[in-house]
Amino acid sequence: MPTSTGTDPETAARQRWMAVLAKAEDGALEAAWDGLADRPGYRCLRPPETGLVMVRGRAGGTGSAFNMGEMSATRCAVQLEGGQVGIAYVAGRSARHAELAAAFDALLQQPGLRERLEETVIAPLEASQRARRERERANADRSRVEFFTMVRGQD
Amino acid sequence: MYVAVKGGEKAIEASHRLLDSARRGDPGVPELSTRQIAEQLGLAVDRVMAEGSLHDRELAALAIKQAQGDLIEAVFLLRAYRTTLPRLGNSEPVDTGRMAIRRRISATFKDLPGGQILGPTYDYTHRLLDFRLADEGGSRDRNPAPEAERGPAAEEPVPRVVDILGREGLIEEESAPETGGAPPADITREPLRFPADRDARLQALARGDEGFLLALGYSTQRGFSNNHPFAGEIRYGAVAVEIVPEELGFAIEIGEIEVTEVQMVNQFTGNARTPPQFTRGYGLVFGHQERKAMSMALVDRALRCAELDEAPASPAQDEEFVLYHSDNVEASGFVQHLKLPHYVDFQSELELLRKLRAEFEDPPAEAAE
Repeated sequence: MPTSTGTDPETAARQRWMAVLAKAEDGALEAAWDGLADRPGYRCLRPPETGLVMVRGRAGGTGSAFNMGEMSATRCAVQLEGGQVGIAYVAGRSARHAELAAAFDALLQQPGLRERLEETVIAPLEASQRARRERERANADRSRVEFFTMVRGQD
Repeated sequence: MYVAVKGGEKAIEASHRLLDSARRGDPGVPELSTRQIAEQLGLAVDRVMAEGSLHDRELAALAIKQAQGDLIEAVFLLRAYRTTLPRLGNSEPVDTGRMAIRRRISATFKDLPGGQILGPTYDYTHRLLDFRLADEGGSRDRNPAPEAERGPAAEEPVPRVVDILGREGLIEEESAPETGGAPPADITREPLRFPADRDARLQALARGDEGFLLALGYSTQRGFSNNHPFAGEIRYGAVAVEIVPEELGFAIEIGEIEVTEVQMVNQFTGNARTPPQFTRGYGLVFGHQERKAMSMALVDRALRCAELDEAPASPAQDEEFVLYHSDNVEASGFVQHLKLPHYVDFQSELELLRKLRAEFEDPPAEAAE
C-alpha cells in the first residue's frame, strides 16, 4: 500500500485496491473476472498503452531525489456502461492486466458492488500477496546470523 | 567527401543467416527459452536491466538470448528498445527503508537492529566448480531453498546503519529532500553538463558499466584518492514503486522491483567549515548486484571531492573522465565504429604520407641548406 497516504478514507481504500490489482498475477485477475456473476460491459476510454516510468531514488536513501532508471509499465482507462470510470497503471507490458485492473477499479468505485468485490476479489488477492511476502521474509530470516561468543580462560 | 558504395547487401544477408545459426548452436541441443534465462540466469538479467536502464525481466532475458549472451550487446538492445516507448511518468522516490529484505549485512556493526541476514550470496561459497550442476537435473534435489520451520519472526523495522550513526551526529547529514523544487536532472533528456550535480552523477553511475566502475572503485582503495571506506550497509530486496498520475492526484503503487542499496561510510578529517565526521558514498541499482552497487558508492564518494574540499588528484575524482566514459553503449559504439569503412579518410592519409616520404627522401633545395 502506498506510503504517501494521509488522504481521505475513500482515497486510501482506492489506493489499497489499486495496489493489490497492480501486483496481481495476470491469471489470477483473469480468473477473478471470469468468476464474476454478471460481467459488466465497458469500453476503453484510453486503450492499454505500454510505456516507461522513470524510477527515482534518494541520495543516501533519504536525501535529494535522482533518476535511477526506467521500468516498463502499462496504463488503461475504461468506462462501464453505467458511466463509472476506472484507471490502472501496472508494472510490466501486459495490456490485459492493465485493462482488467481498470475494469475492477471502476466496479470497486460503485458502492453497491464494493463490499462483495472486496470480499471475493481483493481480499483473496491481498491475502496471497501477503502470504508470499511473509514466506519470502521467513525464508530470508533462516539465513539470519546468530552471533555467539566463546568465553575462554575463566574460572 | 562521401562516396556511396553498393554491393554489400547480399553479403550482409548471408551474415545475418550465419548469425542466426551461430546463435542457435547445435540444433540437436534444445533451444533456451527466455523464461529459462529469466529464471536461471537472473544475475545476468539484473545486469542488463541496470545498464540498459530499463527494468523489465522478460525484455532483458530476450535481449540476452538475441545477443547470444553478449551482455553489452544486450544492454544496447534494451537501450534501443526504450527509445520506442513513451514516458508515462516519474515515480515517487523509492523508500529503501521499507524494503522487503532478502539480504542485509553490515561490516561496521556486528549487532544491529534488524540483524544480519545473509540471503542468497556467493560470498561463503568455496568457488570450486560444482560438477553436479553439469548433469542435467542434477541440481533438482540438492539444497532446496530452506523452508522456514519456525513461524516467521514478527516483522521488525530494519533501520539504516547510517541513521544509527546519524543520531550521534558522527556522519554528515544527507542533503535535505527538495520540497517542490526543480525535478532531478535526467541525462536521458538533457546532456550532461559540468560541473555535474550529484543527481546527474548518480543517474550516470546507476546505468554505468560495471567493469569500468569496479576498476575505478578499486583504484580508490589502492591509493588513487583517499577514501578509507567501510561497507556500512548492503541491502537487497523488493521496494514498492509508486506514481502520482495526473488524472488521480494521489499516489498509487504500480508494482515492486528488486534493488540493491549500498551505504559506504568514509573517513573524513574535517575542514574549516566541518568537524571531523564520517562521509557517505551511495549506490543503488536494479536487481541483485552488490559488486556494482559497492563500486558505484565508492565512485560517488570520490566524485564528491570538490564539495568536501579535497584536491582532485586521481582518475576516480575527475567527473568528466568518469561520467564521459562510464556508459558502455557509447563506449562500445565509438570503439566499434572503427570497423566501419574509412576508405576515403584512409586514402587521403595515405597520399599525405607518400608526399611527406617523398620530401624526406628528396628534400627540396632550400630546406636542405
